[in-house]
Amino acid sequence: MNRKLRILMAKPGLDGHDRGAKVIARTFRDAGMEVVYTGLHQTPEQIVAGAIQESVDVIALSILSGAHMSACRKVMQGLAQKGAEDITVIVGGTILEQDIPELKAMGVAEVFTPGAPLEAGLDFLRKQSQS
Amino acid sequence: MNQEEQKGLETALKQWERDCQVQQLPSMDSDLGEPVKVVYTPLDTAGQDYLEKIGFPGQYPFTRGVYPAMYRVRPWAMRLYSGFGTAEDTNKRWKFLLEQGNHGVACAFDLPTQMGLDSDHPLAEDEVGRLGVSIDTLADMEFLYEGLPMETLISSFNINAPAAVILAMYVAVGRKRGLSPEKLGGTLSNDMLCEYVSRGMWVLGVEGALKLTVDIVEFCARHMPKFYPFNIRGIIMREAGASMVQEAAFAFANALAYINKALERGLHIDQFAPRISFFFSTGTQVFEEAARYRAARRLWARLMKEQLGAQKPASMLLRFTGTVGGSFYRAQEPMNNLIRGAYGLLANILGGAQGMLHPALDEPFAIPTEETARLALRTQQICAYETGVRKTADPLGGSYFVEALTDELEAKIQEVMNHVEDLGGAASAIESGFMQKAIADEAYRMAREEKDGTRVVVGVNKFADASQERPNLQVHRYNTAAADKQVNRLREVRSQRSGQAVRVALDRIRREADAGQNLLPALVEAVSAYASLGEIMVVLRDLYGDYKEPVVI
Repeated sequence: MNRKLRILMAKPGLDGHDRGAKVIARTFRDAGMEVVYTGLHQTPEQIVAGAIQESVDVIALSILSGAHMSACRKVMQGLAQKGAEDITVIVGGTILEQDIPELKAMGVAEVFTPGAPLEAGLDFLRKQSQS
Repeated sequence: MNQEEQKGLETALKQWERDCQVQQLPSMDSDLGEPVKVVYTPLDTAGQDYLEKIGFPGQYPFTRGVYPAMYRVRPWAMRLYSGFGTAEDTNKRWKFLLEQGNHGVACAFDLPTQMGLDSDHPLAEDEVGRLGVSIDTLADMEFLYEGLPMETLISSFNINAPAAVILAMYVAVGRKRGLSPEKLGGTLSNDMLCEYVSRGMWVLGVEGALKLTVDIVEFCARHMPKFYPFNIRGIIMREAGASMVQEAAFAFANALAYINKALERGLHIDQFAPRISFFFSTGTQVFEEAARYRAARRLWARLMKEQLGAQKPASMLLRFTGTVGGSFYRAQEPMNNLIRGAYGLLANILGGAQGMLHPALDEPFAIPTEETARLALRTQQICAYETGVRKTADPLGGSYFVEALTDELEAKIQEVMNHVEDLGGAASAIESGFMQKAIADEAYRMAREEKDGTRVVVGVNKFADASQERPNLQVHRYNTAAADKQVNRLREVRSQRSGQAVRVALDRIRREADAGQNLLPALVEAVSAYASLGEIMVVLRDLYGDYKEPVVI
């Protein structure tokens, strides 16, 4: 794959803790990927529309409030409605282990919980784009 | 030290460095990346005038502490940040924490309340009561304080964008109990600028937000002498990645923005400065953090006296609550967070904090359970009653190392403040994204250092034990039934109140805003008519406009 991977880093909902989102966005960017950051307080509709408009390969959602289930579900539904299921969705934040199976059943490709290494997301996307 | 003694010491030091091959020893840096010497001597503090720079606790420039007795009379105030679900849920938890020996309550509001949204707003879905208590109307505030003595209980409210509405509710509940505003103590964070920098709990544009901030300050200066109208939150920026110097410098810059607006309003500095307080986050670098607080106290005292013309000593005091920021905790081996918390706590107390809001060990995962909340309190109580840390004021004072660090950190904080001033002050430095970018740079630097192992975190990048299973903590789980109950109560309140009274009260807010008046009296009337927080914020947004985030990474 020659084209640079394009990623939308998104903060859905009311949670305003963006340290992790910014640090991970820079990690992707420093690894040569193209990163668009939405800023705070995005609705799922805005995130889906933004991802399609920017023709991204990946949406990276960052949620630290605990409201990840409803936010992820709405984003996945929105992508399905727009026929954009080919966009990979990954999510990171204060997510408990027991929530992971349900998130993956929704179609989330990978989940990064507290304590995940800085480059865990990067490693995942690299591996995925090679396969 | 006279010149001869100094010369002798210099010679002896050089000799020691040669004899012990000190240059060969490993180099070590401070948290800020500055080299730290192998040892500090009187040469590092030579020329320091004791009375001018250090002095006595409770006396200018307050390097050694803001009160003469410091912790002898009583330990620091121990509070736990607490709130979840409905007002009844939180009321019950508060009563539990007070029975355990907490001094007062620090109220956590849920995200919809902090964002000025009612619990039935579409954007509030799945967030009502999740991270804090949900407050829609005065009815919730009444339940929150049921059975609690408002006249003696010290409450602190972590709320910024709708701070004026929450204060109005507090005043209104007091009034219903026959307590005039003069009788009510407590603290309101009311620090909107830190939200634009870091945590994103913003609603109104900067100008409108500053107007409300100063309305609160003015109202309290005139009617609420026991109340702290703003608590400037360095912590919000530190938790987003600010260095210890940036945290203090940006917090001071933000405070100056509010102070200047209040002075423009015609208040005298001594009318409100004795009621300014701060809230800082502390890491585990014990000596550097303690020195920073000593430096910050001296700098603030000078600023208030020399630059702003404060005359009352009470106006010059840097009173602060400290905490160990949750960002210093880790998800791996979470019990280790108890130890991190204890060291950070020690740094806060050696630094002279007036209060502590200690995080529970499960902070990386969720809000605390009763058990982890109790452990956080016990950590403080052991420090206060078993370590002897309270016996003398500023026990690190006079340490060559700590005094040298104090000077160095004071100069660094001043340097960053000067830079913000050159950019036109805090509001400009925020609207242009300068503070946000500076903090994001620091956060990234720290994350890289942790990744490459130069910033050691035990159990994470050193001594990590791969055999350790994921922690099996019993964490607080969100109760959706509380959200349903909350939405139902809001509907019930709306159906029972007088719609006419609400309309009249909201019109009064508009009218008085147009006339440039202080909005607090109108807000008290509106909440007393059971206008909801969300309804009032809609009016304020119409009046003052929304904030547009400068997106920077």
